[in-house]
Amino acid sequence: MPSDRQKKIRNFCIIAHIDHGKSTLADRLIEKTGTLTQREMEEQVLDTMDLEKERGITIKAQAVRLVYNDENGEHILNLIDTPGHVDFNYEVSRSLAACEGAILVVDATQGIQAQTLANCYLALEHDLEIVPVINKIDLPSARPEEIKKEIEDVIGLDCSDAPLISAKVGLGIDDVLKAVVEKIPCPDGDEEAPLRALIFDSYYDSYKGVVSYIRVKEGTIKKGTRIKLMMSQKEYEVTEVGIFRPSFMEVDELKAGDVGYVTASIKNVRDARVGDTITEALRPAKEPLPGYRPAIPMVYSGIYPADSSDYNDLKEALEKLQLNDAALTFEPETSIALGFGFRCGFLGLLHMEIIQERIEREYNINIVTTAPSVIYKITKTDGEVIELTNPTNMPSPSEISYMEEPIVNASIICPSDYVGAVMELCQEKRGTFKNMEYLETTRVMLHYEIPLNEIIFDFFDSLKSRTKGYASLDYELAGYKRSELVKLDILLNGDVVDALSQIVPKEKAYQRGRAIAEKLKEIIPRQLFEIPIQAAIGSKVIARETVKALRKDVLAKCYGGDISRKKKLLEKQKEGKKRMKQIGTVEVPQEAFMAVLKVE
Amino acid sequence: MRGLYIHIPFCKSKCYYCDFNSIIDNAIQDEYIKALIQEIELYKEIKFDTIFIGGGTPTILSINNLKKLLLTIKNFYPKEFTIECNPGTLSQEKLKLLKEFGINRLSIGLQSIDNNILKSIGRIHTFEEFLQNYYWARQLGFKNINIDIMYNLPNQSAKEFMNGLQTVLELKPEHISCYSLIIEEETKFWELYNQNKLNLLDEDEERYIYKKINQLLNKYGYYQYEISNYAKEGYECKHNIIYWTDEEYIGVGAGAHSYFDNKRFNNTADVREYIKNINCTKTARENIEQIDEATHISEYIILGLRMNKGISVLEFKNKFKIDINDIFKKEIDKLLLEGLIEKKGENIRLTEKGRDLSNLVFVNFLK
Repeated sequence: MPSDRQKKIRNFCIIAHIDHGKSTLADRLIEKTGTLTQREMEEQVLDTMDLEKERGITIKAQAVRLVYNDENGEHILNLIDTPGHVDFNYEVSRSLAACEGAILVVDATQGIQAQTLANCYLALEHDLEIVPVINKIDLPSARPEEIKKEIEDVIGLDCSDAPLISAKVGLGIDDVLKAVVEKIPCPDGDEEAPLRALIFDSYYDSYKGVVSYIRVKEGTIKKGTRIKLMMSQKEYEVTEVGIFRPSFMEVDELKAGDVGYVTASIKNVRDARVGDTITEALRPAKEPLPGYRPAIPMVYSGIYPADSSDYNDLKEALEKLQLNDAALTFEPETSIALGFGFRCGFLGLLHMEIIQERIEREYNINIVTTAPSVIYKITKTDGEVIELTNPTNMPSPSEISYMEEPIVNASIICPSDYVGAVMELCQEKRGTFKNMEYLETTRVMLHYEIPLNEIIFDFFDSLKSRTKGYASLDYELAGYKRSELVKLDILLNGDVVDALSQIVPKEKAYQRGRAIAEKLKEIIPRQLFEIPIQAAIGSKVIARETVKALRKDVLAKCYGGDISRKKKLLEKQKEGKKRMKQIGTVEVPQEAFMAVLKVE
Repeated sequence: MRGLYIHIPFCKSKCYYCDFNSIIDNAIQDEYIKALIQEIELYKEIKFDTIFIGGGTPTILSINNLKKLLLTIKNFYPKEFTIECNPGTLSQEKLKLLKEFGINRLSIGLQSIDNNILKSIGRIHTFEEFLQNYYWARQLGFKNINIDIMYNLPNQSAKEFMNGLQTVLELKPEHISCYSLIIEEETKFWELYNQNKLNLLDEDEERYIYKKINQLLNKYGYYQYEISNYAKEGYECKHNIIYWTDEEYIGVGAGAHSYFDNKRFNNTADVREYIKNINCTKTARENIEQIDEATHISEYIILGLRMNKGISVLEFKNKFKIDINDIFKKEIDKLLLEGLIEKKGENIRLTEKGRDLSNLVFVNFLK
């Protein structure tokens, strides 16, 4: 039975497809409940990283305590803002596990999208009460009634009294707050029982150490409590507990049903991972909370300093990022072409891009990154099984008995007009059709099994361009499958550039080899001598292009005494040179290493 | 040596390849000349060895304005006194005036001898008009004349160009500037180029012409002293050499650049803005850059290498009190190895290949 205190609490999150207005709604809720004054508000309050604001995405989970008054008095609404991207699915699931309910935001012009469904099913798995909300009804193309019906048909949620809102202009926000209080159940849990608190996010603060965002399920936690992390088995003494307003506000204690943070002089997020359970060291709970799993990298890529003297700075940057990101892994590796660097593991492509951008931006290190690779399983003829994360390390074909590659279950939602185009794309990407269902007469959900390798190989961009941006995608790892794979090498000026090697399906090797050679011809600028570009499998060359030697300057003018302009042009040229990596005698632009993904 | 550059930013119409600072609005000529004269007055105590009136089209000025301007500068008595002229804006009367005021060098923009091509690049004159102007100038006693020509123009074959050059050589000018067309931003050609509507030579043919030009001009007694400039012995353009040999120059008029007292600066480029600034504050300077030692060294090398004779290691040491190898040994060795520069006696200079790819050389010497 919930206590009177618990009856006043609602813990909820907002789930939505990207760009359906999740962060904007969160902003309005904060504003409406007076949690921040108008002056303190800035767009997307909960997205604190510059990157999040720029990309309009949420990377880290955040939380805020809202105080809402109605005729029954004061309610405490803990809003947990979750990441919206498939790369961070596990983080989403932990955030959901910290809540009793979820607001499902659906764009009144777009309807249900792949991530709407994926997150919705995730919420249902956690037994959350879902409150549908139709957003963007101020837009002329809004069709709220159709969308309501779609939600009822597809997800089976009653939408008869779903609030129709516009988070952007602040319409209907009160209805949302009312619905949260009325529909979402309050938390329960024995405040006197042994402590069990779920960590739904952790980040490293240089002053406080690791700050863990928690939902107390049972018991009470306060300053001085001797705690134990049930997975990492480490013990600490709590130095501070508090709530989010949305900045940190220390409180005396957090009890069953509360959402807040805890610090305990923990030095590394690895010791307080998302999903771990905090209990008391002296009176431990019998069982941890269910659902813990460590984050496992799905894709790997090499990160190298553009200037080799930045190696140590890069190492330090990765270490610092890792303090905050338990999913990021890295270990040193050496490339003949790129020198000393690191093989890094990521949850997915977005995670990878974010880390790369943060290294360049926050740590100001110019880096070269190689094309991402999935983890291949290779069974050798002697029976040994190895996991391959770097194509360069692929054993010679004679040592390989067979290879397996990771496969995902992909669901794609698109207007029915584009079914043909999507199917064609999935075919090209070696997809296996599973089934297809109509969400409404004009919209379809397709299920495919597709190799992850193809997903990271420009799948999303192709999907978007072939469906004029209407298709949405969600996927999850489904296991491994045997495949005919070969290593495709690229030679510049006769030498193999290891950082450009890729594992490709045998049937696509020729086509891809040609495409990469052509692409590199476009990207590699002309130099003093002619540069042959070759694609090869083993010793067999399958494609060849040539970058012609540079013959003359394109800018030579320097008359009338305008030396400054000439210097500026030269400086631009020099800047361009700096973004090049010297490989043997050839200067290769950094983007060449990623561009091999963007062919076809 | 010190030079004075005077900019006349007016034209009858804009040529399709030109991105120089010029406007078609000739209604403000009078006002402009008034402002320009005010600015020149500021420098009347300074000694100039060369004066260069450039544009735009200086000879578009009315007799009256031309006279006013020349009156203001006649007391500088420069050794070399050049004006740029364009056929279609010249008259015997104007040429006479120029001669009277001591102008001793004409730089005439011909660009091509083919009337169809002239039209297709936006020129306002024919080859015949040019010839007429050229003869008038010779008749009046101008003994130092440059002819500007361009190659790699749209729809112009290598052979046609070389024939044209031959015709120009028969006129025996003292100096020839030979520019390969560069497609500059914000020109009509830029637009056409990006729409793929310009029929240009491929690079190999273009380089072929460049080599042929060298051969032919050498045969006729012209030698190349800078990337695009050829002269008979003793007729190099002293004013341009000032730019490339670290000597001082003052530029007056809209958008003109100066290098004076270890500073580089320029005037505001907008003609109306220039007039306003001069009238209100007597100056239109902007972008004043103090040239520190490192910048000075890098400019000295980059500009000096444009000249065929290159830079003297000895002069460098005398000037900067440091051996060039102490600063750029690595770069120089690399460039020697790549065959882009060579040592000739005391000098370091561009090779033929280096002249083709001069920017590749220059970037090594940026500070």
